[in-house]
Amino acid sequence: MTIKLVKENMKHRPMRSLLSALLIGVPVTLILCLVGLSHGMVDENNRRTQGIGADIIVRPTGSTMLSLSGGMDERVVGFLAKQPHVAMAMGVVNQAVEGITLGATGIDLDQFNRMSGGFNYLEGGPFRGADDVIVDQYYAEQKHLHVGSTVNILNRDWRVSGIIESGKLTRIALPLRILQERTSNLGKVSQIYLKLDNSSLTNDVVKDLKGLLKDYPIYSVADWTSLFNVNNIPGLQPFTVVIMVIGIVIGFLVVYLSMYMAVLQRTREIGILKSLGASNAFILGIILTEALMLGLGGTLLGIGMSYGAYWLIRTLVPASFPLVIVYSWWPIACGITLAGAGLGALYPGFSAARHDPIEALAYE
Amino acid sequence: MNEGQAIIEVRELRKIYRVGDVDVAALRGLDLDVLPAEFLSIVGPSGSGKSTLFHIIGGLAPPTSGRVRVADGDLATMTEAGRTRLRRRTVSFVFQKFNLLPNLTARDNIAVARHLAGLELKPDAQFEEVVRLLGIARRLDHKPNALSGGEQQRVAIARAIVNHPAILLADEPTGNLDTENSKAVLEVLRDLNERLGQTILMITHNPEAAAYGHRTVHMRDGRIVDGD
Ligand SMILES: Nc1ncnc2c1ncn2[C@@H]1O[C@H](COP(=O)(O)OP(=O)(O)OP(=O)(O)O)[C@@H](O)[C@H]1O
Ligand SMILES: [Mg+2]
Repeated sequence: MTIKLVKENMKHRPMRSLLSALLIGVPVTLILCLVGLSHGMVDENNRRTQGIGADIIVRPTGSTMLSLSGGMDERVVGFLAKQPHVAMAMGVVNQAVEGITLGATGIDLDQFNRMSGGFNYLEGGPFRGADDVIVDQYYAEQKHLHVGSTVNILNRDWRVSGIIESGKLTRIALPLRILQERTSNLGKVSQIYLKLDNSSLTNDVVKDLKGLLKDYPIYSVADWTSLFNVNNIPGLQPFTVVIMVIGIVIGFLVVYLSMYMAVLQRTREIGILKSLGASNAFILGIILTEALMLGLGGTLLGIGMSYGAYWLIRTLVPASFPLVIVYSWWPIACGITLAGAGLGALYPGFSAARHDPIEALAYE
Repeated sequence: MNEGQAIIEVRELRKIYRVGDVDVAALRGLDLDVLPAEFLSIVGPSGSGKSTLFHIIGGLAPPTSGRVRVADGDLATMTEAGRTRLRRRTVSFVFQKFNLLPNLTARDNIAVARHLAGLELKPDAQFEEVVRLLGIARRLDHKPNALSGGEQQRVAIARAIVNHPAILLADEPTGNLDTENSKAVLEVLRDLNERLGQTILMITHNPEAAAYGHRTVHMRDGRIVDGD
């Protein structure tokens, strides 16, 4: 019966109900997009790292998880190449193009081909000149590029020589030497990939190399990709928490205002129910149930809107924002919303429950 | 009158409302006995305390002092929860303004009362009869705004008696109705009283309506001034 009362109340004011749920849904969408973006970015990066075919990653001293550029002396590459079991060493230069989600990588194409087995070209082929760039299908889609198109990256125009299937190393590959020159990084690399003659020795070799290069972060690719997860991205967790708190606060405010109005408008009905023998708990239950329904509706709308955002981002900027849908966050977002909604309904609910029945019945 | 038999017994009832710094005495030492199955009319000028008396007998407000026994409950000592229970099963109201829940159909309005009394699932043999008696069988799936005033009041009566309360309190039940609908509602009340033995207390300003009762008492200044 409580459900029926609530349902009829909500149906009676469909705009109010829909608008409240929609407002509650906005932070749900925000949370889901943020989480989807961070998961997508991590998955995408790890997938591309695994696509390189390397066993070990060597990073510059003092580098953090997310630092892209920066440098090690290129001679380290030669030194590593000579170590036991190292079949190949490849230095690359990373350069941020758009924030932390999109970067360009300078590579020696011959080396890269030997290590990874080469790009899978969907259109065109390798670099032919100093101003050539190879981009992956998503970047090409986002920027509407074809072979022969010109694209401005890092304040220079480049000619697209090839479009590759996404999934190896980078979305934007530039000739190593040229990128070093253009970014004043001659003789420097920002990351070194090693391929071993026997992958099963990876952990031993990592240990040996750590002994040789004391301050360099050295990881097996397996460790690196498992370390590179959403919990380890600096700043992401506090940011997520902030968005979650915003979600609770918005849910709280929307439900508070909405239910406060509803209780005022329904004062007389509350009096009627009390005259029929409704207890204070029953009245409180109605208000809380309605708030939770609004919260639930808001969550569903929020999830729906996150699919809208997903579609929009995938269509317009697939390379910059590798958004994925993270189902495991649906119940979390729902919990956050219901918490906000429940808290928001408490005061209106208690004040409704405490209404004096005679005054409520006299209310016009 | 044999006091032991009374279903309502009121002695020296006082009710004082505090409005700002002023005490308003709505009831000033009222005595009243009502027998089971009685149909009692209450008349009196505006402000004489008629509604206040109903609010106390019906458990919507506590008395300030005096003794009020309703069925087996002593309202002077009853807690708020006790008064809530009283409203569920023992006493029910019919108001001048019908007071149906506007978003629910007539049927659901009646179902709410049954739900609150905890009788939702119990089949009620008398329900069909009551509905027929009230002539609302074909109006049950309409919401209040699709019903005439007379129909709304009959639905309100159905809701009031659906749990077989010991006492029905009708506060100017025909106050918002035209002559024809008034007559229909009054006849329904008389029928309920005669056929089902429903105890009814009815406040009215209309002498013709008061004549439907077995007995009429007059109130003035918070007291009963005479009975007959
Ligand atoms: N909640 C309240 N607060 C303050 N004063 C009240 C309250 N309810 C009633 N009164 C006062 O108590 C007195 C009796 O009111 P009551 O409503 O019982 O009269 P009544 O006989 O039902 O009048 P009417 O015929 O106009 O309905 C009036 O003076 C009224 O102003
Ligand atoms: Mg009155």
